[in-house]
Amino acid sequence: MALAKVKEDALSARVAGLSLPEAAGWLGAARTDARARLQAMGLPVRRDEYWRYTDPSSLVAQDAPAASRFDPGDEPEAFDGIDRLKIVFVDGVFDPAASDDLTLAGVEIERLETAASAQIHWAQGIFGVLEARGQTPVARPFAALGTAYAKDGILIRATGRAARPVALIYSHSSDTSDAILHHCVKLEAGSNLTLLESGPAAARFTKVLEVDVADGAEFHHIRVQGRDHERRAATHLFARVGAGASFKSFTLTANGRLTRNEAVIELAGPAARAHLAGAAVGDGDFHHDDTVFVTHTAPDCESRQVFKKVLMNGATGVFQGKILVRQGAQKTDGYQISQSLLLDEDSQFLAKPELEIYADDVKCSHGSTSGAIDETALFYLQSRGVPRSAAQGLLVLAFLAEAIEEVADEVIADDIRSRLEGWLARHAAKGGK
Amino acid sequence: MLEIKNLHVKLEEEDKVILRGVDLKIGPGEVHAIMGPNGSGKSTLSYVLAGRDGYSVTDGSATLEGAELLEMEPEERAAAGLFLAFQYPVEIPGVGNMTFLRTAVNAQRKARGEPELSAGDFLKVVREKAKTLKIDADMLKRPVNVGFSGGEKKRNEILQMAMLEPRMCILDETDSGLDVDAMKLVSDGVNALRDAGRSFLVITHYQRLLDHIKPDVVHIMTAGRIIRTGGPELALEVEANGYADILGEVG
Repeated sequence: MALAKVKEDALSARVAGLSLPEAAGWLGAARTDARARLQAMGLPVRRDEYWRYTDPSSLVAQDAPAASRFDPGDEPEAFDGIDRLKIVFVDGVFDPAASDDLTLAGVEIERLETAASAQIHWAQGIFGVLEARGQTPVARPFAALGTAYAKDGILIRATGRAARPVALIYSHSSDTSDAILHHCVKLEAGSNLTLLESGPAAARFTKVLEVDVADGAEFHHIRVQGRDHERRAATHLFARVGAGASFKSFTLTANGRLTRNEAVIELAGPAARAHLAGAAVGDGDFHHDDTVFVTHTAPDCESRQVFKKVLMNGATGVFQGKILVRQGAQKTDGYQISQSLLLDEDSQFLAKPELEIYADDVKCSHGSTSGAIDETALFYLQSRGVPRSAAQGLLVLAFLAEAIEEVADEVIADDIRSRLEGWLARHAAKGGK
Repeated sequence: MLEIKNLHVKLEEEDKVILRGVDLKIGPGEVHAIMGPNGSGKSTLSYVLAGRDGYSVTDGSATLEGAELLEMEPEERAAAGLFLAFQYPVEIPGVGNMTFLRTAVNAQRKARGEPELSAGDFLKVVREKAKTLKIDADMLKRPVNVGFSGGEKKRNEILQMAMLEPRMCILDETDSGLDVDAMKLVSDGVNALRDAGRSFLVITHYQRLLDHIKPDVVHIMTAGRIIRTGGPELALEVEANGYADILGEVG
């Protein structure tokens, strides 16, 4: 069967059970456009080059494969100690009772469905727009699916310095939930916002986050993807970064049968800065894929990608990262590193780093490594009285340090580190080598 | 303190015999030196005592205050009071020297059922001990041994020893790579730790270290055995005549 037909059939199956969200006006139009894009693309199959290392079949399947919920025991929830405005979704549905009042100095927050009735809305220029731009040169069908079918989502507009971080908390309640969300964030010129995301969300989670960072604004994004081991997720982060603006995103992933995190970032104004980092730890049937596409359109911009994965007992890590430097993006400073620490011989790391450069005065570097724990260092630590499992934990944290350093807020960085320490201690105890 | 009996060791991978029946007894408060040519098995002895992988003990025993060392994990040996100052201290990127020291001190305290040191108490002690070894704040902050000179690495070993307060210290060629000043600094650090309850085993090629760290007993090791034992004068004899003489005499 021709590939196009297979992809079309995959799409038909996937959307058969989904109801089309109702909306008139700009939102309805944006959804209609997204459906047309989606129809033209179809859904991916393993034969797609962009899905070579990650099997999309469980993301394409009509029903979400069941995922039982993880019992965190006495482990505190992510960002527990941080004063934040909480917005809670349960299986992808906004939960007003569990959420805080959506008012915050320096920020306007609103649900996607209430924005639909507005004649003119700031989100018009972003919703589905950044996603559509990100569909070339590589198709990202699950992002279009998110634009077309997400019934819920949140719209956040920062006009000044946000009084505290906004936290999107995704809880998972039903073993078979299939959640689709689409959020938009706009940072007006000179504004400053920290967005936190945490939780497993659903048995299967499809999410799009579009972020427009206007000139001189600063956006910090820290995400902790839920621990539910059997969950599956396809997430997309699209960002446009304006002149002198700063975009920083860090993701911690511990567990998950399948996680595909795509980030598509455009440095659109001169002297913009974009940092993307990820730390992933997986044990057993864990598959984690970071797919990143950074485009330098304007001159004097800096981009940095730091992705680290710790894999054990047959876990798989994937990194597909590209830096595209367009003509005219002179004085680009691009850096990309992807590394894995394989704690046994059953685990694997698949990396495809790419550079494509059309400007002649740029500085770009990329590197990718895969290695085992340093036995000599392990013995050295043990000889000083540090038990082997704790010594291994220290070395693993040391390996992840470069990624965690991308979290600017020290309190949040400590929260990330202590979660990792807890994860490592538990997985060492249950026999991770 | 430390008693080694008829210790036989071979390399696991190459099936090569390194130690062929080592006997050694070190009393509390004593300083023993082991000298010997390259390849005699001196460093192997130190690694086997500390519990490094890759060696297999085919016969004999090694006890620390009566407890069998060879059956313990390396961290248990450390908690029992054994310390090895490495010939080549290991660089650990990403782990701060201070974090490393504190983790080690508290892990040992925990293993012995003692309360952990608070951050403040620890800091006070480490600063004081670092000062006498001329280890500055920057060296404490940097990742363990990363970018340290040879002398700095050896001083860092002695700092760890001072912090961990072991009862049995093994110094494996601590003089290698040191200039005269650094050797003096390291030796002073070691001598400051000498007391009636703490013993030392100093492994070295050369007599010069023993000018600074005065041994009570000197052993000559070759081909995996201790072939002669004497007082400090034995080290001087090696210095004057080389190993060949002694080996010839015994052989």
